[in-house]
Parts: sequence; C-alpha cells; structure tokens
Amino acid sequence: MYLYNEFDDKFVRARVNQFRGQVEKRLDGSLTEDEFKPLRLMNGLYLQLHAYMLRVAIPYGTLDSAKMRQLAFIADKWDKGYGHFTTRQNIQYNWPKLKDVPEILDALADVGMHAIQTSGNCIRNVTSDHFAGAAADEIEDPRPTSELLRQWSTDHPEFQFLPRKFKIAVTGSPNDRAVTKAHDIGIRMIRNDAGEAGYEIIVGGGLGRSPFVGKVVREFLPREDLLPYLEAILQVYNLSGRRDNKYKARIKILVHETGIEEIKVAVEKNFLTQKKYFQAPSDALVSAIEDYFIPPKLIDEDVKGLEEAMLKNPALRSFVDTNIEEHRVPEYAIVSISLKPIGGTPGDATSEQMRLIADLAEKYSHDEIRISHEQNLILPHVHKSDIPALYDELKTLGLATANIGLVSDIIACPGMDYCALATARSIPIAQEISTRFNELKLEHEIGKIKIKISGCINACGHHHVGHIGILGLDKAGIENYQITLGGDGTQNMTIGERAGPGFSAEELMPALERLIAAYLDIRENDDETFLNTYRRLGQAPFKAALYPETADA
Amino acid sequence: MARAFTPKVVTANDLLEGDVIYFNANNKWVRALSDAAILTELEEANALLAIAAKDIDSIVGAYLADVKIDNAGKPVPAHFREEFRTKGPSNYFHGKQTESNTQKA
Repeated sequence: MYLYNEFDDKFVRARVNQFRGQVEKRLDGSLTEDEFKPLRLMNGLYLQLHAYMLRVAIPYGTLDSAKMRQLAFIADKWDKGYGHFTTRQNIQYNWPKLKDVPEILDALADVGMHAIQTSGNCIRNVTSDHFAGAAADEIEDPRPTSELLRQWSTDHPEFQFLPRKFKIAVTGSPNDRAVTKAHDIGIRMIRNDAGEAGYEIIVGGGLGRSPFVGKVVREFLPREDLLPYLEAILQVYNLSGRRDNKYKARIKILVHETGIEEIKVAVEKNFLTQKKYFQAPSDALVSAIEDYFIPPKLIDEDVKGLEEAMLKNPALRSFVDTNIEEHRVPEYAIVSISLKPIGGTPGDATSEQMRLIADLAEKYSHDEIRISHEQNLILPHVHKSDIPALYDELKTLGLATANIGLVSDIIACPGMDYCALATARSIPIAQEISTRFNELKLEHEIGKIKIKISGCINACGHHHVGHIGILGLDKAGIENYQITLGGDGTQNMTIGERAGPGFSAEELMPALERLIAAYLDIRENDDETFLNTYRRLGQAPFKAALYPETADA
Repeated sequence: MARAFTPKVVTANDLLEGDVIYFNANNKWVRALSDAAILTELEEANALLAIAAKDIDSIVGAYLADVKIDNAGKPVPAHFREEFRTKGPSNYFHGKQTESNTQKA
C-alpha cells in the first residue's frame, strides 16, 4: 500500500485548508455559486437532487483496514451510516452538509485519502484491475504504474482545465478486468517478443453519448517512456480537443474525427520533444514506488478443512463456486464480497459492514481490500483454509451473497434516486431484477451474465458493455428503459446493440424474463453463456423474445 | 391559439444542507412543495424567480418547476423528477419523505 510522504501530506492538507477558506467565503456570501462551483467540484463535492454528494477517490481501488474504518467513521459521523462504491472505484457519500465537508476532508487526509480530481475537467482517479497483485493470470502488478500516474496527474498544472474529464485505467493482465478500452487512455502492461516489459497504449475509448472502443496508439512503449508519452497525448488533446461543444469534447471524439493515424503522428512528434524535459526515466520512478507494493508474505501451508466444510455446507460450496478467483499461489484465493444482496442497492455498504470487512481484511487478507468497478469488494490474499471461517463471519452482516458474475450481480449507477443528471431511476430496476430472478430460482441455471444499468446517456452504469445493457430515459414524462444486447467490457470490448423500442418500468421485467427464457431455450448447452449464444445466433431470436407482437405480425 | 400556461413553483436547493426548497407567497424559502406559491402566469413566474434567485447567500440553482394543482388547491409535481425531489430516494427511507409535513400535500 502506498504511504503518503511528507510532500503528499502537505499538499493534501493545504488543499483542505484552501477549501475550508472557500466554504467560509461561500457561506458569508463573498463567493457566488458560480465562483464556488468549480472549486467544490475540484474537491469532489457535487450538489445532487436531494443533497450534496462527496466523491472520495480510492486510487486504483486499493484500501487497507485503517482507510476502510475511516470511511465507516465518516459515514457515521457526517452521513447516514453508509457509502456507495462506484464503477470508478470511488466511494460516494450521499448526504454530507456543506459546512462539514472541510472536516470530512481532514478526516480523509488523516488516513492518506482525499477527494481531489474526482470531478472537473482534469485527469480523474486512475483505475486498475481489482485483482492486481493477486491474480494468477497477471504479468505484472499494475499498481506501481497507477500510483506513478496518480502522482503525475495530481495537480498537474497543465492539465487542470482540459476540454473535458480524462480517465486512465491500467491493467497488468491479458484478461482485462479494468475496462481499459473504454477509457480516454487505457494502459496494458505487456512484454514484447524479446521479453522486455512495456506498455500497450490505447486511446479514445469511452462510453456515454457516443461510445467508442479505444484504439491502439502505441503497440509497445518502453517503460522508461511512459510519462513523456502520456504527456504528449494529453498535450495533443489539450490543444486540439473540442471546447465548442461539451458533448464532443472528450478525446474519443478527437480520435474519431481526426483518425488514429493522424493522432499517432502528432503524438509521436510531440513525444520526441517531451522526452527531453523528463529527467528521470519512468521505469525508475515506478521501481521506487514498487517498494510500497511488495507482495505480502504468504504462508506455505497446505489447504486444510475447506473440502470437508463444503461437503457439510452446500451454501459455502456455492459461495466458493461463484465468489472465489484463482490466486497466483494455489493455496490462496481471491475472495469477492458481493455488495449486491438480493433486492439491495448495488454498491452500497453500511458503516458496520465496512468495519467488519476491515477486520476480516486484517485477519485473513494481509490487510488488503480492493474495490471493483463492478461495485463489489475484494479480499485479495485469503488462504483457502480460512475460507469457511471467513464465510461464516461475512454471513453475520449479509455479506456472503454467492452471486459474483451472475444475473443479480448488477452494475447500476445511482440514477434519479440521487443524481441530478439522471433521466430515470436505475436502483429500483436492479432491485427488481435481482429479486425476481431469485424468486424464479434461475440464477445458477442462467450462469455467467452481466447486466449493467445506467440512468442516463452518460453511461456511468456501463450499459454499453453489459451483455444486457439497460438505459433509463425520460420518454414524454415517463421513465422508459432501452435494452442493448451483446456488449462486452473485456479485452474483446464490444459495444452492445440496441434491441428496439424502450419499455416502461412495468413492461421491463416481463421483457427481461422473456429474453432470459429465450436464451435458456436456444443455448447450445449449459456452458454456453448468454454472450456466446448472442454471438452465435445474432440479435434476431433475442429480439423476437423481447417484442413478441412484432414477431407474430 | 396560445398554449395554456402550465402552473409553476420556484424551487432550488438549500446552500447549507443541499435540501430541496420552495419559494412561498411571502418570498420565504420553505421545505414543502405544498407551501410553495403557485404561479399561474408567465410574467408572475419570471418575476418571482428573479426575486428568489437574488438570494444567493442561502440557496443554489433556483428554477421554475411545472406543477399540477390538486383538489385541495395545493401544488403537486407535474414530472417524475420533481416528484422524487419532494420525497427523496426510493431505495431508502431518507430525505424529505421522513419529514411528516411533506405528507400533507
């Protein structure tokens, strides 16, 4: 875990004090809202439908127990006893009071956290693979690179007023769990034919109003060149990205309108200039950070008792089947803790749950916790012998839902229950889907499927890359839900295709039931996932299920 | 033919709490939609909005929201977004729905 040095700490404290002064000036009337708004946004403070919302960065989704306990403390002291984990590995508090926010930021700084650059047209919180440092398929831990990018982008004077927000994701594994191709810059840690470590740089991906799959701008970037190369991309964007139209201001539009070849030429040319300004090679900077991410000392001990416990307890077996991923050390497991209880709000955790997870991380996972973009929590280093005990403890606070990757493991943005930008609600739709399929007892039969729900076209709920995507819109004053099919957020990223006209909230659930029933009917065998069936047969049979009237006509 | 004017209220968020607020007939901010001044003419609506929007030290983002008028003569939201603003989120019993005075409307 990266520890703040004196420089980080001073900077964050200085920002808190600046913001405290800004809040005072706003409250005494010497700052207008127009003047204050960009300042509060720079510090992660939004005004939503019913209250303020504070978005706290969890860099590359990594936490320890001290940080998690502080998040719980903040939830209790200044909010309503819970927090919402987001698709960008942040946590959001939905009910802070303006006057309390400087104190909250101080409390965050106490544990080396902040809300800086979680909003605004700057480089946002850098996200990464939530299994980083633990996954069996990993080439290299992406977190030291991510941390370097956090340091480089934080308060970077040239990139505080970009044409639009800018999101970077890093993966160290060929199986992309960080959705890198949907980011402004996606970074894949790779090795070339000579075995040298480098990065593949992807640019111009994004979801939202105009979804694009990112394109490779540099196939192999030597590790020493990372910062000057990224700086070169950002400069090209900063100068050439559109500022005339908010909806065309992201780098994906620049890449799309200019063409990747021309962008490549401009970036490479600029890179040669930038390289001269960087004294330290980026790989040396990453190496210095690597000391903070030394893998925990895992114990070399055979797995004891897990098989026997699973034989006695089918619920534990089910949990192991769905919530466990392969660790690079065979005796260990990566345990996902689902924040998707049946009928619950995706991504929400109470302060009590946060404290339990902090305790369990200390006890069973070398004090490490991760947040996934799929709004779940992860204990990355659990010895398999500890799984039965861990499971029992998770169960005490409703944290043992065995549904990772299944139909009720839904991503949903806050939607119009909280968000001022939303055009419809997302949360009740997610609650209904998980409740209904649980009633039908179909979850395990359906198998691996990703449903993702956004409450507006900005696509915080990643609906474009859901196997089933749901987009909530306002159609003549009524909430209406459009379905997209066949999306995929992995290394094979695909934008889902719109199935047809939208459904009212009442029509949506029966339509989804028909869709799933059709899938179960036409899949080749039990192992063919929804996505693979869709890829094999195309949209027609799914469309016929969604719109039976049209099909009959 | 001129289109009939949809009745409106002036609404905003409270600067300190962020809570949804409405402007009443005495040019005061209140927490319940049922206490808001109903504006039935465009000029009247714009004039009250102009007064309300000057109150920059205690509110954020004043605007006119469409309402319908119920049998008791009280304003009720015309759009689902405004309805949610009168209640709070649907996933938890938080926000305005916990305050009994909003139930009167």
